Amino acid sequence: MVQITEKWTNDRPGDAGYEERLAAFEARVGRGDKVEPGDWMPRDYRDQLIRLIHVHANSEICGALPEGTWIPHAPSLKRKLALCAKVQDEVGHGQLLYRAAETLGKPREEMIEELISGKAKYSNVFHYPAETWADVCVIAWLIDAAAIVNQAMMAEGSYGPYSRALKRVCYEEAFHLTHGYDMCISMATGSKLQRDMLQDAVNRWWKPIMMFHGPSDKESTHTTLLMRWRIKLKTNDEQRQEFLRKYVPKMINLGIRIPAEWEMRYDEKNRAWLYNEPDWEEFKTVVRGNGPVSAKRLETRRLSHEHGRWVREALAAAAEGRKIPLPPTAYATN
Amino acid sequence: MTTAALAHNASTKTALIDLLYRLGDDSLIIGHRNSEWTGIGPILEEDIAFSSMAQDKIGHALAFYTLLHELGEPDPDTIAYGRGPERFRCCSLVTLDIFGDGKSAPPAALSNNPVRDRVVAQGDWAISLVRQFFFSEADAVRMAALEQSAYEPLAHLARKLRGEIKYHTLHARTLLPRLGRATAESRDRLQSAAAALYPHALGMFEPTPHDATLADAGIAPAEPELCDRWQREIAPIMDGSGLVFPPRSSPVYGGRTGKHLPELTEVLDALQKVYRLDPTAIW
Ligand SMILES: [Fe+2]
Ligand SMILES: [Fe+2]
Repeated sequence: MVQITEKWTNDRPGDAGYEERLAAFEARVGRGDKVEPGDWMPRDYRDQLIRLIHVHANSEICGALPEGTWIPHAPSLKRKLALCAKVQDEVGHGQLLYRAAETLGKPREEMIEELISGKAKYSNVFHYPAETWADVCVIAWLIDAAAIVNQAMMAEGSYGPYSRALKRVCYEEAFHLTHGYDMCISMATGSKLQRDMLQDAVNRWWKPIMMFHGPSDKESTHTTLLMRWRIKLKTNDEQRQEFLRKYVPKMINLGIRIPAEWEMRYDEKNRAWLYNEPDWEEFKTVVRGNGPVSAKRLETRRLSHEHGRWVREALAAAAEGRKIPLPPTAYATN
Repeated sequence: MTTAALAHNASTKTALIDLLYRLGDDSLIIGHRNSEWTGIGPILEEDIAFSSMAQDKIGHALAFYTLLHELGEPDPDTIAYGRGPERFRCCSLVTLDIFGDGKSAPPAALSNNPVRDRVVAQGDWAISLVRQFFFSEADAVRMAALEQSAYEPLAHLARKLRGEIKYHTLHARTLLPRLGRATAESRDRLQSAAAALYPHALGMFEPTPHDATLADAGIAPAEPELCDRWQREIAPIMDGSGLVFPPRSSPVYGGRTGKHLPELTEVLDALQKVYRLDPTAIW
């Protein structure tokens, strides 16, 4: 049996010994073993993981934008604290996930530059604007809930560093969910103004939320290979159904209505929600960077990266021990 | 001294309430200002550090406002969200915006928060960092003094906040010497920020008519005394970071009597925007 220890060589179909290595790799993954950065892995496995983790990390730091914008407006000290903590966590998730992707050989700086240039994608939901305070409530509850379904599944995946990063992410996401649900309860049980704001937010967000887990299994191109290599353990539709089964009843309980055009109805026999299929062409257009605020998101990221350049350069200089001479007056205390 | 004991001494109580408003308002506004960077910081690690310090300070504001509430003032959220600028007692240092020379391109409408858009387009993080340095050093000096306060609830709180504030001072004490001597650009940015902020930093110690009452009652030392201690703390760090004090700085006063920079109105408009939609609602 081929030892799976040589790092990232002969890792493409047709390379010497590839088939044997692949068989051993797949047997190992099939047993539920974790793949570590020093292990041999098919080039495709590595590429798919980099793509997924990169998109995930981008989504965390782009997701910090719609909510971050509302921290100054949070309407109570408790909400302000919780929202700031939540967005801080999301930035932390970005940091953690970029680091996980770096174990596969792609530097963070390059990933951030690919995000800014529009080459790399991020989650569809963050291409939409957060227009009111209720949007922040809906994002923290329902989008985090949808994300948890995805992340809890990915946390069981085969790549060790990604799986471990996601365990920590999921732990923190549980708090986000509580915070989001609590805000939605306040809104749903509040004044008419608050209830209307909440319903209006759901009306606008339901489409991006229904699209969140990605194209229907009939259309999804990546799924089969990803599932064989245990990068992904559930299909997009399975994740979407899990989310709907858990959260639609809670929404109904809070008196939130799902917009009628979806014709949401529960199929008791198959334990599945039925609905009018989203327009997946629209989804693809949005994630390619043509959503309502895609350009603004990237411009925000670009400016913030640009303005941070002097800090990164100075920290790099300091880390290398480079110092500029002190001005002669510097030691003259006043 | 306990809350009950204060009931017999109106002027001490008034002075204490004024002090708590100053402490709470400084905490809230610098927390608010620092959280303006959340999600758009210059580097992920500092984005996280500033968010964390922002939360600490908003938490401290809540704690000071809670002490006020125990003295018969409104509840903490009403204190934070229900007052206009003339009733705030924060200093100008925490209120200042961070747009420096404003040479960067003017902001585009990137979100529905114009202040945020301006931070994205023109925010100078060096100003935030130096402000945080000046402020947290003063915070540490103040809290160390208040640990001995004769007003027990305040002394107790000061001891509780010490750990968090220690981390804030450590953050700047680690970063400033590294950034101040790293590149010409980082040095220039920090030096300009220090020069621009120093008069406002001196304004943190604006004397108030309550100083003597507070000092006599053993509640808090007089402001000039705290200012001296603060200057002794920061001088070696400025030196070690290659930063010089601007010559002849006169302090910017006014905040402690409700005379603020116009920026405070902007801060409060943002802070209270959603609250004002329905001040009776529970959000
Ligand atoms: Fe997250
Ligand atoms: Fe989250």
